[in-house]
Amino acid sequence: MFLFRSTQHCARYLSSTAHLKHAAKMGTKVESPMGELAGKPLYLDAQATTPLDPRVLDAMLPFMTSAYGNPHSRTHAYGWESEKAVENAREEVASLIGCDPKEIIFTSGATESNNIAVKGVARFYASKKKHIITTQTEHKCVLDSCRVLEGEGFSITYLPVGTNGIIDLEELEKAITPQTSLVSIMTVNNEIGVKQPIQEIGAICKAKKVFFHTDAAQAIGKLEIDVSQQNIDLMSISGHKVYGPKGIGALYVRRRPRVRVEPIQSGGGQERGMRSGTVPTPLVVGLGEACRIAKKEMKYDHAWMEKLSQRLLNRIFSSLTHVVRNGDPVHSYPGCVNLSFAYVEGESLLMALKDVALSSGSACTSASLEPSYVLRAIGADEDLAHSSIRFGFGRFTTLEEVDYTAERCIKDVERLRNMSPLWEMVQEGIDLKSIKWTQH
Amino acid sequence: MTVSKSSVLKLYKALIREGSKFPSYNYRMYTLRRVRDAFHENKTTTDPSKIEELYKEGLSNLEIIKRQVVVNQLFRPEKLIIEAEK
Repeated sequence: MFLFRSTQHCARYLSSTAHLKHAAKMGTKVESPMGELAGKPLYLDAQATTPLDPRVLDAMLPFMTSAYGNPHSRTHAYGWESEKAVENAREEVASLIGCDPKEIIFTSGATESNNIAVKGVARFYASKKKHIITTQTEHKCVLDSCRVLEGEGFSITYLPVGTNGIIDLEELEKAITPQTSLVSIMTVNNEIGVKQPIQEIGAICKAKKVFFHTDAAQAIGKLEIDVSQQNIDLMSISGHKVYGPKGIGALYVRRRPRVRVEPIQSGGGQERGMRSGTVPTPLVVGLGEACRIAKKEMKYDHAWMEKLSQRLLNRIFSSLTHVVRNGDPVHSYPGCVNLSFAYVEGESLLMALKDVALSSGSACTSASLEPSYVLRAIGADEDLAHSSIRFGFGRFTTLEEVDYTAERCIKDVERLRNMSPLWEMVQEGIDLKSIKWTQH
Repeated sequence: MTVSKSSVLKLYKALIREGSKFPSYNYRMYTLRRVRDAFHENKTTTDPSKIEELYKEGLSNLEIIKRQVVVNQLFRPEKLIIEAEK
């Protein structure tokens, strides 16, 4: 008996690993209830990452094949060729944000840029100033860098945001003290797509003589950014959010007036000593090309994002009630739409919508079932924070994909609500907030 | 060099033809949409030097599309659910 059960178990185990291997080889194939393979899910998670633009790959391939020189090799043609490509890319990045190429530092991504900016500025000016201001809705890497600084004796102010996700400028002004060295506020939020008033924040920081860092990973190439006009002193850029490769990013560091940062990585002193390590030529070329295309295509892409998000919102709001859009509807990037479907659990909806690659929030925290801290910061009710879904559109998203998603979403929300006792009570006119769920 | 109307038309057709060879649904649909919109947007352009500049850009994009179609065919993506349903 035992033997029989163990072989059966073993057989099941083998078939499940075979399935996994198959899935890993073929990409995730979704099996329909009929048993046959239905096709790969649609991709609507552009805030997590974007597909590489074929034009970007085309620019990168020569540097992954024949042009393999180290850009820091000064003694031969292989090095010169790579160095030239790196400097061209630096110019493209600089031209997109209106700065001097010398002010661009290549890093491994926005997380590293944010680390260098926040920790670097704080530590360099630590002997005179020990206060940093940020917001509650920043990306995890900024918040976590701030936590580390708190451990080193810095004091941090985490500014609250309004229900629309935007900070109060008066509160920012009040929070700045003579002890403040840095204000770090993101340009576009990764979960709710809200745009912060960067220009106004920049003006306040300039007037108060405080450095201003912004995490623009979600905004670069999608919205007009000009570091001199908006008084930005440091800015983080990511490659894979603008149809560029993963593993590359950049940090803008102002030269006049000079912003000093203490480097995190020690080594050969590349990138003006702020980021040692060989610059990865193919990735840098990819980021440069992605920025060049983004600058050229910004208007066209933006109009497309508006068309797609309007289409989705119209479809969903005309068929479903009790849907809340999280974040300010006007001051936001249209490629990111975050909706809460009341009386539906977000994770159940994501499971039901397995034909579409969506997320309930940031990819970095998507493993946890905790509701998003961003949604809690904008004051969303616990149940609404649990029922949120982020729809992220990109350059390669089609109208058909949006229609399919909207249709599936409406169908699944209706189905899940019909199973929900809470929804039944709401239909009967019972105010759920008046119910005492537990007896004490 | 002035670019004749027939060579512009030829370029347009070549871009559409090559672009529709992308195995990836998203790359294919984007390329077709972008090419159509670009030609539509510049329909009223009359300045010969501007036309020449756009023509050259189109030619270089055609080369990129041809190369990237090959790459995409080598690493052929799985069909998306909406393609399978059609």
